[in-house]
Amino acid sequence: MGTRITRRSVLKTAALGSAAIISAPYVRGAYAAGKLTLGCWDHWVPGANKTLDKICNEWGEKNKVEVHIDYITSQGEKDKLTAAAEAQAGTGHDIMSHRDWNIQVHQRVLEPLDDVVGQLIKQYGPISPVAEYLAKIKGTWRGVPTAVGSQVKPCQSRFDLFKEHAGIDLQDMFPADEAKYDKAKTDKWTWDTFLDSAQKLHKAGFPVGLPMGQTSDAVDWVGALFNSFGVVMVDAKDNIKINSDETRKALEYLKKLMAVNPPEVYAWDDAGNNRWMISGKGSSIMNPPSSWAVAKRDNPTVAEKIWHHPMPMGPKGRFVGQLPQFYGLWAFSKNKSAAKDLLLHMSQRESMAQLVEASFGYDLPSFKSMYDFDTWKKVGPPVGTAYSYPPRGDEQTSMAGAPARAEVGAQIYNQAINTVMVSKFTQGNEKLDDVIKWAEKELEGTLRV
Amino acid sequence: MADTVQSWGPDSIPDTAKAPVRVKGLQKFMRRHSTIAVLMCLPLIIIVACLIVYPAFYSIYLSMLNKSQTRFVGLANFTYLLSRDTFWMVVKQSAIFAISAVFFKALIGLITAHLVNNLPVKGQRKWRGMLLVPWVIPLALSTLGWWWLFDPTHSAFNYILKGMGFEEIAWLSDPYWARVSVILVNVWYGAPFFLIMYLAALKSVPEQLYEAASIDGASAWQKFIHITLPMMHNIIAITVLFSLIVTFANFDVVQIMTAGGPRNMTHVFATYSFLLGIRSGDLPLGAATSLFMFPILAIAAIFILRGVRKRGREIG
Repeated sequence: MGTRITRRSVLKTAALGSAAIISAPYVRGAYAAGKLTLGCWDHWVPGANKTLDKICNEWGEKNKVEVHIDYITSQGEKDKLTAAAEAQAGTGHDIMSHRDWNIQVHQRVLEPLDDVVGQLIKQYGPISPVAEYLAKIKGTWRGVPTAVGSQVKPCQSRFDLFKEHAGIDLQDMFPADEAKYDKAKTDKWTWDTFLDSAQKLHKAGFPVGLPMGQTSDAVDWVGALFNSFGVVMVDAKDNIKINSDETRKALEYLKKLMAVNPPEVYAWDDAGNNRWMISGKGSSIMNPPSSWAVAKRDNPTVAEKIWHHPMPMGPKGRFVGQLPQFYGLWAFSKNKSAAKDLLLHMSQRESMAQLVEASFGYDLPSFKSMYDFDTWKKVGPPVGTAYSYPPRGDEQTSMAGAPARAEVGAQIYNQAINTVMVSKFTQGNEKLDDVIKWAEKELEGTLRV
Repeated sequence: MADTVQSWGPDSIPDTAKAPVRVKGLQKFMRRHSTIAVLMCLPLIIIVACLIVYPAFYSIYLSMLNKSQTRFVGLANFTYLLSRDTFWMVVKQSAIFAISAVFFKALIGLITAHLVNNLPVKGQRKWRGMLLVPWVIPLALSTLGWWWLFDPTHSAFNYILKGMGFEEIAWLSDPYWARVSVILVNVWYGAPFFLIMYLAALKSVPEQLYEAASIDGASAWQKFIHITLPMMHNIIAITVLFSLIVTFANFDVVQIMTAGGPRNMTHVFATYSFLLGIRSGDLPLGAATSLFMFPILAIAAIFILRGVRKRGREIG
């Protein structure tokens, strides 16, 4: 008895096939099923990795793909070393986490992901300009921004100390509801106000702690300050622009600000400012809520007086340093279609909400439309402390090294040319013109082809 | 019984019995000392070839490519480095770091070796064991311990200094103190190596020479200058060379303590190479930076080994 093919059965099969393609557009290709391996950033929040496991395994079970995740620590740059080794060897995981500039570094061996990111933009609207700057290389997306490990570094201040010694009510200025932001009040939060507060807090014995070493926390906040003063180191057309009035004004300002910081900030690594805040000695740092989360465990009386709020405004606007992470798909992966579908699944709003919740609000998606997750409203004490951790109001994200070409920006950022400049001027007491001349020479080097 | 009688004719020799001729040849081949030596060293030779020779040649090749590794640029990376002020600062710092660290390691090693050598035999072993501890602990781990002692904000040393009424020292935040700190940790780690080498050398100096010198009325200092030092000359030269190579290539101490800061003023070749090659994604430039160590160390090795050979000939 043969099977009769009717017009109706053909249409039914086609409809089912179309539905499958829509729900999982990449898996239903020749490489359906099989295995996928991921090399992911090892989260510092206990339990956060398990949420990522759960999200990936759910997808794996549904699509009959075996998913294996290796978590690689960023301590000692082990994740970057692994990525460099895999890129050179042309073998390794299928999907790999990439921090900061690593998409640009490995662009030649990363699969274009325009289809995946294009789909996400369609779903969730505009993406962070910093994420675009770092992962869209020559018009092609080579990485998908993820919430895991992505962060901004706004002000994290002791609202009690600011109220008592500087006369500023930060909770009133930046309440835990963006709709209640009062422009007349927020406009007063400028770098001049910050300096004035820092001087008063220093006098009161609770200095602000702004790192000035050569690690990312230092580079990021100085990058944000430079942007708000309009400092451009190298523009997008490879012109060196550091010798400007804006640079001089920013450095003169920093000379006054660094004088009221503890002298050890020049040796702080990324944990130095956290320890400063947690110890109860500090009044303000520029950091994600990680230090608050540790204080909640180790020094709860300090934690309950911490408030996250936007950065001060400068002549050119209000900027906050952003450090997104991405997933890249190696060009040598054997299961690209499945990998793309997994990336799409991991980037859905539901997945992102779970990841943000698991990290107590530390992880930050690159889509502004996702800044309304409940996590930031409810974590505490004090309740609402992390509400203004994602950029709110007129705060824009920034990246030290931009707007130079990403290859150039990576050199500027990783060699910490901005903080070395500031250190030379404020700690080394070198002449302003000599510092600018030094920076010009270093920047010339970053333009090397 | 006839079937048990065996004849010794050439046809009666079974094929298997002919084999010993070849075995004998193989045995002879294997008995050659040089062959055995080569075979026994083969695993090491393979490891050295794979993990040292190949990467060394690969890094030379890498250092001659452009930033994106798509074009051969000859010596352009080297000439570029030579034109940078920061690179020359790294050269200067590497030299200061290696020379001062090796000098203090040798000096402390020599003094401690004499002290231990003069201890009663009974307690000597305990002291030798204790003094070797810094060398036995993994460097990354012990440096982390030192970092805590020098911590920019909560330094244990500063706590003690403050308690004694002294000013606090900016161990890691002042660039000059930061240089002192990294050298200090390197000396702490490396001095036991010199101690053990010098102790072995001291024990090999014939006692009769000292007895003869005593009869001639030589002082302890004269014995040290005219007997101990000449007898230890070669071991001092070899240990200094070995330590110079290891110290020049040091990475852990500087990376953990200061990561090259403040103001790039503690970078050495290895950390600067890591910064350029891995962190900034310019592998060819990173490779070129690390290769700059090679000529410096090669020149040092030639001079030191020439001295060792010369003294060897004099003694011979």
